[in-house]
Amino acid sequence: MNAPAPAASFKPQQFKSDVKPVWCPGCGDYTVLSSITKALAALEVRPENVAVVSGIGCSSRIPAYTTCYGFHGVHGRALAAATGLKVARPDLTVIAAGGDGDGYSIGGNHFLHACRRNVDLTYIVMDNRVYGMTKGQPSPTTEPDWDSKLSPHGTGLREFHPLVIALASGANFIARATSSDPNGTAELIAQAVRHPGFSFIEVLSPCVTFRPEQRSWKDMVHPAPVAPTDDPARAARRLMTDDGFNIGVLFAGHRKPYQPVKSATPRSVAELAAEFVL
Amino acid sequence: MTQAAKAMTSVSVALAGSGGAGVMTAGNMLLEAAAQAGYYGLMTRSSGPQIRGGEAAAMLRIATTPCDSVDDRYQVLAAVDWGNVARFAAELPLERSSLVVGDPAQGEPPEVFLKSGARYAPVTLKAIARKIPGGWPNMVALGLLGGLIGLPSAALRAALEKSMKKGGDALAASLAAVQAGVEEAAKLGARYPLAPAPARSSRWLITGNQAAGYGAIRGGVRFVAAYPITPATELLEWMAPALERVGGTLVQAEDELASINMILGASYGGVPSLTATSGPGLSLMIEALGLGVAAEIPIVVVDVMRTGPSTGIATKTEQADLNLAMYGLHGDAPHLVLAPNSVADCLLTTQWATHLAETLQVPAIVLSDQFFGQARAVAERPATIAFAGARQRAEPNAADYKRYVLTPSGVSPMAIPGTAGITYTADGLEHGERGTPSSSAADHLAQMEKRARKLDSIDYGEHWAQIEGEGELAVITWGSCTGAVREAFARAKGDGVSGRLLSLRLMSPAQPEKLRRALEGVKRALVVEQSFGGQFMRYLRGEYDLPCELTSFRKPGPLPVRPDEIHRKILEWSRA
Repeated sequence: MNAPAPAASFKPQQFKSDVKPVWCPGCGDYTVLSSITKALAALEVRPENVAVVSGIGCSSRIPAYTTCYGFHGVHGRALAAATGLKVARPDLTVIAAGGDGDGYSIGGNHFLHACRRNVDLTYIVMDNRVYGMTKGQPSPTTEPDWDSKLSPHGTGLREFHPLVIALASGANFIARATSSDPNGTAELIAQAVRHPGFSFIEVLSPCVTFRPEQRSWKDMVHPAPVAPTDDPARAARRLMTDDGFNIGVLFAGHRKPYQPVKSATPRSVAELAAEFVL
Repeated sequence: MTQAAKAMTSVSVALAGSGGAGVMTAGNMLLEAAAQAGYYGLMTRSSGPQIRGGEAAAMLRIATTPCDSVDDRYQVLAAVDWGNVARFAAELPLERSSLVVGDPAQGEPPEVFLKSGARYAPVTLKAIARKIPGGWPNMVALGLLGGLIGLPSAALRAALEKSMKKGGDALAASLAAVQAGVEEAAKLGARYPLAPAPARSSRWLITGNQAAGYGAIRGGVRFVAAYPITPATELLEWMAPALERVGGTLVQAEDELASINMILGASYGGVPSLTATSGPGLSLMIEALGLGVAAEIPIVVVDVMRTGPSTGIATKTEQADLNLAMYGLHGDAPHLVLAPNSVADCLLTTQWATHLAETLQVPAIVLSDQFFGQARAVAERPATIAFAGARQRAEPNAADYKRYVLTPSGVSPMAIPGTAGITYTADGLEHGERGTPSSSAADHLAQMEKRARKLDSIDYGEHWAQIEGEGELAVITWGSCTGAVREAFARAKGDGVSGRLLSLRLMSPAQPEKLRRALEGVKRALVVEQSFGGQFMRYLRGEYDLPCELTSFRKPGPLPVRPDEIHRKILEWSRA
């Protein structure tokens, strides 16, 4: 559909649009945006061959901040839209992106099934453990005792563990990143895009407005002490016991990506009617 | 019996039995045989709530003219066994001249069937079948029904050969069992012979669900995502291998929220896309349909309506999703709603819906129903119509590209991912011409007007409605009531009452000027629909300035609307 890419080197700036983000100053999502543009430049893809798909929330505004094709859909359904797009257009690089509420709460079912389905796309969740756009309600990853107007005594609910869920559901690539390390995150995103099948990256991306204490995350994160594994059992133990601040690729599997069966010799539409003709 | 022995232009027969008795197999073969003999036909089915092994009934109408409706009564009810068949009594009305055939070894027929005054003729189906090695009672019943209505043996043979392609002993046994049934019929002293078949024409044997699926593919659909739901599942099961054969894809989604968002994603990628569901699924899809409207992404949603609300009666028909399809979306969200008016018309209507959705870059909802979807009809070969996806695409590197540019027609060229120099973000947020989110009143109004304008930018031609007949009286109807209304009018002609039939195919956008012209000279109109609350009546009152007096005839599902009840209503109403 497009002219061949010129040999010129790719620059992150090419992937950044001139739309001004709605994010608060200091929001972790700025650096995630910058990591995405760096990753795309490193991947040497052209913006028109990339689609960034999202649902609703602060971080879900990200498609319009890139120069790629963007799809800003309804709340919780980014993975469904991204799946349809990638299956219909396997030639595109498809990145779904959003927040913890969008992905793990309202979109939780699609998260499970996107991991299972293993379509070759990348899912970036900017997790700040709060609903920011609606001004500070607890999300599935919020600590049970975190007070808010909507849940004055905390939710009392155990946190959702997205990486464990992703592994149990069949995601083919699982990584944790931090917005405090834009270059490291860019490298993880590039790896995720290159890895066949469904790749999931959880990015710790603080909400400085409603969770200012998350500023300290930058001091708590540390590189994962062990190399990535392709053994789900080892990965499960690692993910169940990690401190939530291990950064790096935590699982990289070998599942075959979802590939719909297509007839090698497509027939004409008229031939389909043969079964009806008397 | 002399009256019954007169050649009939239409005969209705039913074959019932418990699960595994093979009544559907035999019913399908009887319909095929009738088609082979040159008749038209319609087969509907009914089954109990059990997943497997419940009782079932194949209900057929065979006639010398196309059957778009069930008839009022069945001339023959045959049962391989009686099990719980009495539960279908309301669906199987009999009359004095009807015949009830059952195997006395399986017990007596339920009283509810004999109350009609129908004659009971015991036939030892099982014992007869047992005398033929490999013979089955359902095949004896098939021969018996074929014999009673006078189908030529060659047609029955052709039907068996077509569905038992392996031939061999199984075919020979079935042919012998069918022949035994035909001989048994001759002993019954009752016949319901069909008048000679009409001149041969090119015909199809197709269900409404298959027709809708095929229409979609003809219209260009190459991606489907869907979640199983009765009674839409067969549409999807037909499309899965069919799409594969033409280079398309079907994805089974995790739920209807996923289905609709998957097809939005695929269509955003430039591939015409569809999902099919029923009322509960459509309810779940409503939010994302609004996204399709706002982001101007064409999609087609086929709703094979069933009896609601909630889970309702999942296997039965009703026309009560009209409100949801028309008015369920939040905000002001102009979109297309279409409805087929016969089993075969599911093809044209779905193809047209795909064409319109693609042309106007808007979601289209097609309101089929369980009656159409699961009925199999012998119909004239549907015309080949040129409607195909015709989405206006933006050129690569178009100067100063604006995805939602305000055009006179309201349709703006759509950039398809992969096209250089014109990237944009499709957005459910209100936006300006470039697609950039905007909360300005001016943008909201301009984009709202654009989205409304495009639906009025094309001439929907003659397909907006089916219009037949003349006169000062009219019946306005839609969907699966159409066939019954047509037949009621044909009967009313014999009573000296005639009028116009108007069946709307394009429900949204409403066509007030076209309807006004179609009703010129009409003084009174009867509105016929299958909904308890009169959704279609309210729709007509809300969308149209009707120049005539309106009377409502309505009933809910699950029973089909029959010609006689409308015929009687037309007589009573026209003389009031």
